[in-house]
Amino acid sequence: MSQATNTKALSEWPLWEVFVRSKQGLEHKHCGSLHASDAQHALQMARDVYTRRQEGVSIWVVPSNHITASAPEDKAEFFEPASDKIYRHPTFYTIPDEVGHM
Amino acid sequence: MYTQSFSVPDGEQPQASAATSAASSGKVKPISAQEAALQAAFDARIDADGRIEPQDWMPEAYRKTLVRQISQHAHSEIVGMLPEGNWISRAPSLKRKAILLAKVQDEGGHGLYLYSAAETLGTSRDQMLDALHTGRAKYSSIFNYPTLTWADVGVIGWLVDGAAIMNQIPLCRCSYGPYARAMVRVCKEESFHQRQGYEALLVMMTQGTQAQKDMVQAAVNRWWWKCLAMFGPPDADSPNSAQGMRWGIKRISNDDLRQKFVDATVPQAKVLGVTLPDPDLKWNESRQHHDYGSIDWDEFWATVNGNGPCNKERLNTRVKAWQEGAWVRDAALAHSRKQALKHHKEAA
Repeated sequence: MSQATNTKALSEWPLWEVFVRSKQGLEHKHCGSLHASDAQHALQMARDVYTRRQEGVSIWVVPSNHITASAPEDKAEFFEPASDKIYRHPTFYTIPDEVGHM
Repeated sequence: MYTQSFSVPDGEQPQASAATSAASSGKVKPISAQEAALQAAFDARIDADGRIEPQDWMPEAYRKTLVRQISQHAHSEIVGMLPEGNWISRAPSLKRKAILLAKVQDEGGHGLYLYSAAETLGTSRDQMLDALHTGRAKYSSIFNYPTLTWADVGVIGWLVDGAAIMNQIPLCRCSYGPYARAMVRVCKEESFHQRQGYEALLVMMTQGTQAQKDMVQAAVNRWWWKCLAMFGPPDADSPNSAQGMRWGIKRISNDDLRQKFVDATVPQAKVLGVTLPDPDLKWNESRQHHDYGSIDWDEFWATVNGNGPCNKERLNTRVKAWQEGAWVRDAALAHSRKQALKHHKEAA
């Protein structure tokens, strides 16, 4: 990547992650990110960028650098212990047909 | 609006692309066993049609290719606002004006989705904009042609966006997660773009005067060949394609997409009542596809290399908008810093 010639990298608006609730009763879902100068500004930008067609009834914005994520290299340690615990699923148990729905 | 296939090296002569791609796609010796293992895991995931996410390890060439393609795509959306934006103040009715405003706003939104996707690869928005404004970055050549009449706006919706949709639908399955997700959103919105253009032309063709019908035909004649070129050079001359396919960035070849577009468009033109300006365009029973004439690639490359009718005008307009908007960006940042400082003092 060649060096930017006349940009001031520090002047870039910070990055925000945007979460939108599509309708009352559902969870907020991550839908993308955007640059904005502050939280209020980020909300307005999110409205314009992500809800031009009534995609939402509520928006959250979170500074991207406030998100702590699990690392891909920890995937095994983190998630694999659950893979051999199939007894945590209802389908692990066989119930006689005559019992009906349980 | 874009072409998946047209991903030429930024700031280089496209003729050099064969050499560049050979260099970047050629077997680079892995430096360590660890890197070899990472490469193998990456290859396995691609082979299994899996997705790569920002934090995952990826080969440097894959990252570079994506940054180039996604940022070119983003630039295309933003520059693509200009030819149509030209007609907002002159739209023939309030209804058409509202529609055109919504469409041009969508293109701006598409640019933002895509810049965000590119940023997940470690490039900054400022770097990308700088590349565009200094002329190092490419964008889709189709926007370097003028919109001479109102019919051009309809034809851009019908044919240019139609071609873009053909290109963009396979990108929804791109191996890079953030790019694929952005494309899903873009494709949903793009369908309105094509339909509004076609409908605007339909009104002129069914209810218009002879002069208006002639205007539509003239616009179709101006744009048809340029739209076919949007799909990129023939497969035989697309050295980057194989690597793009291997990486799951590209799913369908240039020529196959072009053929799909021609086959889809011929019946639409018939309903509209316009002629596509190609004497060689005819149904081929044995191929079960339409044959079409040869594309003027010299003109295409001349435009890519900066010599199209509007290259300079488009770039100047973007640079002017950026420079004249600088005070707004600075003021917003100054305001938020002031507010933060105020809060800080109150809390203390």
